[in-house]
Amino acid sequence: MSAYPDSAQAFSPRRVAAMMLRYWYLLRSSWPRLIELIYWPTVQMITWGFLQVYVMQNAGFFARAGGTLIGAVLLWDILFRGQIGFSVSFLEEMWARNIGNLMMSPLRPFEFVLALMAMSIVRLSIGVIPVTVLAFLFFGFNLYGLGLALVAFFLNLMLTSWAVGIFVSGLVLRNGLGAENLAWSIMFLFMPLTCVYYPVSTLPVWLQPAAWALPPTYVFEGMRALLIEHTFRADLMLDALALNVVFFAAGVFGFLTLLRAARRNGSLMQTGE
Amino acid sequence: MPLSPAIAVERLVKIYKKVPAVDGISFAIAPGTITGLLGGNGAGKTTTIAMIMGLITPTSGRVTVLGAQMPDQRYRVLQRMNFESPYVEMPMRLTIRQNLTVFGMLYGVHDLPERIEELADVLDLSALLDRPTGKLSAGQKTRVSLAKALLNSPELLLLDEPTASLDPDTADWVRTRLERYCRDRRATILLASHNMNEVERLCERVIIMKQGRIEDDDTPARLLSRYGRRTLEEVFLDVARRRDEAREAVQ
Repeated sequence: MSAYPDSAQAFSPRRVAAMMLRYWYLLRSSWPRLIELIYWPTVQMITWGFLQVYVMQNAGFFARAGGTLIGAVLLWDILFRGQIGFSVSFLEEMWARNIGNLMMSPLRPFEFVLALMAMSIVRLSIGVIPVTVLAFLFFGFNLYGLGLALVAFFLNLMLTSWAVGIFVSGLVLRNGLGAENLAWSIMFLFMPLTCVYYPVSTLPVWLQPAAWALPPTYVFEGMRALLIEHTFRADLMLDALALNVVFFAAGVFGFLTLLRAARRNGSLMQTGE
Repeated sequence: MPLSPAIAVERLVKIYKKVPAVDGISFAIAPGTITGLLGGNGAGKTTTIAMIMGLITPTSGRVTVLGAQMPDQRYRVLQRMNFESPYVEMPMRLTIRQNLTVFGMLYGVHDLPERIEELADVLDLSALLDRPTGKLSAGQKTRVSLAKALLNSPELLLLDEPTASLDPDTADWVRTRLERYCRDRRATILLASHNMNEVERLCERVIIMKQGRIEDDDTPARLLSRYGRRTLEEVFLDVARRRDEAREAVQ
């Protein structure tokens, strides 16, 4: 009946599990939410897959670069869906006007963030794993054939998606649901600069330093090196990881700063627009 | 030796964009008592309660709750307190049982399934436990919020308009449960309300707020006697109009 003696501890796996359970209940109760997780990745993959079939039949270079477009689509989905998975779980609390209950509970901000990170992986798995199977069945592209390189790509893309998700959640906490659109659109700001579908050398020279300042750029370059030159560029993955550490730290710092501002401004009690 | 107060508020100020919502209030609440925070709309009750909970950082002043300074030391005491407010809701798509399970885990409640059954029994929710929270009536939702607030058997319960939007019968039912809980658990309750009957019935002490300040602070009996009135509602109107009359006189 009473609280556990450890409930005042700095970290409680049970509190993280409680939040994951909360999101799992929600997903389980709503089939449109489940369908939505799979719908867009499937549409993207099929559209770009057929485009790739077309260019492979008509261009010598792309004939050698088999899988780069579908690979790019699938990796982009990991980046984009990872961030959306994080942000949507957070937005569910805002839409449900539940954020005050959570902030008043013993749940620590970093436990909340950990639960959101774990749920982004769950949501991503539901959405992207079936699509990778379809990519193999429709176009013969086996994402898992990338082997250990895929682990490096995945880790780096997820770190970026979480860094962005954490920062956007802070903005929504501070500014209310008026900032919700950022959660849906911010990653598209990265899209042209991270060179998802083309090499960095395609960009004007003056823009290339901006592209190399973003961790996903290294992942997409690394994927092309692997598929076209059959070389795993560990140097690119390490550079991405180093940048991701900076991005993640900046995201957490931004979130905590915005949370403090939300407490100062009373935004936690008024979570509307 | 006197017990240290459950809540101590000292010269508390909250200013939003140069407008004071709470303007230098001080009070202390003894453990095991029910205190009413009375005031009209915009009096500063909700802001005061939010600062006590650590949801809002004061502009200046000090709040100490169960010996911990808020909001900096809130994690030392959050598992010993709970709250209910119309400004927050429980997730609608989750059933009552799912919601209480999640919050029970967050508060580290022992023997959670049994505790949920016990609360459902006390609050007459047993038949509804597996119904989505969004499909409940206003009265049922209030009882669910109350179940969440009592889940960890808090020593300190902060209630913001706990019977707002309830019919008189349900409101009376809720008040009876609160009285019983406070008596059995020897809990401290701070209750913000503009329902005079509720405050008169439940509270042994009343703090009347207006425009962010404390206008009066005493037991209901002494307030009635001092103002020569029969109900707290009449006292409240006296307090509310006193300031207005003074302002008119100055003008």
